[in-house]
Amino acid sequence: MSDIKVSAQEVHKSFGDTHVLKGIDLEVRRGEVSCLLGPSGSGKSTFLRCINHLESIDSGRIEVDGTLIGYREHGERLHELKPAEAAAQRENIGMVFQRFNLFPHMTALENITCAPVFVKRTQRSEARQRALELLDRVGLADKADAYPRELSGGQQQRVAIARALAMTPDLMLFDEPTSALDPELVGEVLDVMKSLAESGMTMIVVTHEMGFAREVADTVTFMDGGVVVEHGTPEEVLVRPQHGRTKAFLSKVL
Amino acid sequence: MSEITRAVPVARPRPIQAVPLRHPWRNLLAFALIFLLLAFIIDAAQREAYDWPAFALYLFDVRVVQAAGVTLALTFLAMLGAVVVGIVLAVMRETDNPVLRAIAWGVIWFFRGTPVYVQLVFWGLLSSIYQTINLGLPFMEPWLVLETADVIPLFWIAVLGLALNEAAYMAEIVRAGLLSIDPGQTEAASALGMGWWLTMRKVVIPQAMRVIIPPTGNEVISMLKTTSLVTAVPFSWDLCTRTRDISAATLNPIPLLLVASVWYLFFTSIMMIGQSRLEKHFSRGQLGHGTTPKRRKHREPAERGPMVLASPEAVAAPGGGAGAPDGAGMPEGGGR
Repeated sequence: MSDIKVSAQEVHKSFGDTHVLKGIDLEVRRGEVSCLLGPSGSGKSTFLRCINHLESIDSGRIEVDGTLIGYREHGERLHELKPAEAAAQRENIGMVFQRFNLFPHMTALENITCAPVFVKRTQRSEARQRALELLDRVGLADKADAYPRELSGGQQQRVAIARALAMTPDLMLFDEPTSALDPELVGEVLDVMKSLAESGMTMIVVTHEMGFAREVADTVTFMDGGVVVEHGTPEEVLVRPQHGRTKAFLSKVL
Repeated sequence: MSEITRAVPVARPRPIQAVPLRHPWRNLLAFALIFLLLAFIIDAAQREAYDWPAFALYLFDVRVVQAAGVTLALTFLAMLGAVVVGIVLAVMRETDNPVLRAIAWGVIWFFRGTPVYVQLVFWGLLSSIYQTINLGLPFMEPWLVLETADVIPLFWIAVLGLALNEAAYMAEIVRAGLLSIDPGQTEAASALGMGWWLTMRKVVIPQAMRVIIPPTGNEVISMLKTTSLVTAVPFSWDLCTRTRDISAATLNPIPLLLVASVWYLFFTSIMMIGQSRLEKHFSRGQLGHGTTPKRRKHREPAERGPMVLASPEAVAAPGGGAGAPDGAGMPEGGGR
């Protein structure tokens, strides 16, 4: 088995006339925590959403575990997968959103058991047991019967992480997971992510939390204007940036 | 608590002697209306023209009860058809295919834009416009030729006419429900590997129902009364037409109008109860309805505290340093 978990080559994406991704290359190794940084509009969230084919790509290729994502290769051409096939590919890729996107009509427990029960056909009792373990892991064992409305932002985001983990993914995508949180609630979510990283999960994290990037990330990728400007260890990118654009960005956020 | 309120030294005002605003004219109007209502009831009970003995006689007359059943069946079947066709039209209007979108738009435009009475007359004339139904392939001798009038009874013509008219309205109601769901919901479902149909069934529809049910309840009640127009087909076994036919024979229309009204009101009342049950069922997780399912335990008010206080704390935290969290408790403490 190759050491490379995610590989993206020359990924291009436009929304109408706006060229959002202008040839992104990226490799993420198994067990690596990779942070994507960059000013808003740099295409980092769009790129993240391409990795589980929530967005289609215009050219280039994205592979997870050596499998092409969202497309089937047929001679020289790539054919977009049917929705059901794309859905099947997403089962092993967890995603956490900026705005949590919990299902408001389900309790925390039901949010977590929903996909295992209906997608993977896990026994209800087994899914429930696993959900309770996951809730305990994110520190919310006592909130199993709470509805999302009754939880704080930080608690909702931790349930959302548990929900993604319930599908036993081997890759987790985080799309600015703490940007919608009140400042004092950011820490509890980052702590859960940190312990997830320590357990060996491969993680790609779009974030503005420089502290998290410096402390937890194995690699940091700085994007601007739809291209990768700089890529390396947190030390290389955050402490000794080589490019002017990276320096300018860091001077604004640090 | 009291030490915290002292953090900002303000003088304590004297408690006010609160006298609520009085509304004498409003009360007078209420009494006047009660008087008028009582007067009306007492008068109506004695008035000959209402012919209450006849009313009592016909209320549970076999023909009337049967007609009430027919009206209920018409309402139910027409609404069922309308919901199914309406969902199809709503989904068609939201697809990427421009032809499907245009067709759905055209159907809604036509059925919403012409009077239902005219549509029902048209459907009634179906068997004279298309006298036979030919089954087979185009440009070939048909395998089977059926007389339209024999194949489709008038009852089903009435259901068809009512359903297609109503479908145009239901399509817009369903579409509004689907559009009310945050796209983040379907995205989260997709990211979990859920397919389109599963996402609709478990995530979108249960939430959309909250938006769909109130106007649909309106439509059901409106449909119950619109069934009285099926006489245009002409179909004459519904409640309104039947009671009118009876009164035409007895030359005593007023008690039969009352009989029909009572039956319509009875059905409407039942529908309203059903609607409020449904609304409760689909309001799971909404504020004030969080505890709907029986298995939910009673929540301590304190559990909600942190969430409500979250924003003042957030505002206070960066500037205030160590004293800030205490300061955030002040508005609450000061009120006691």
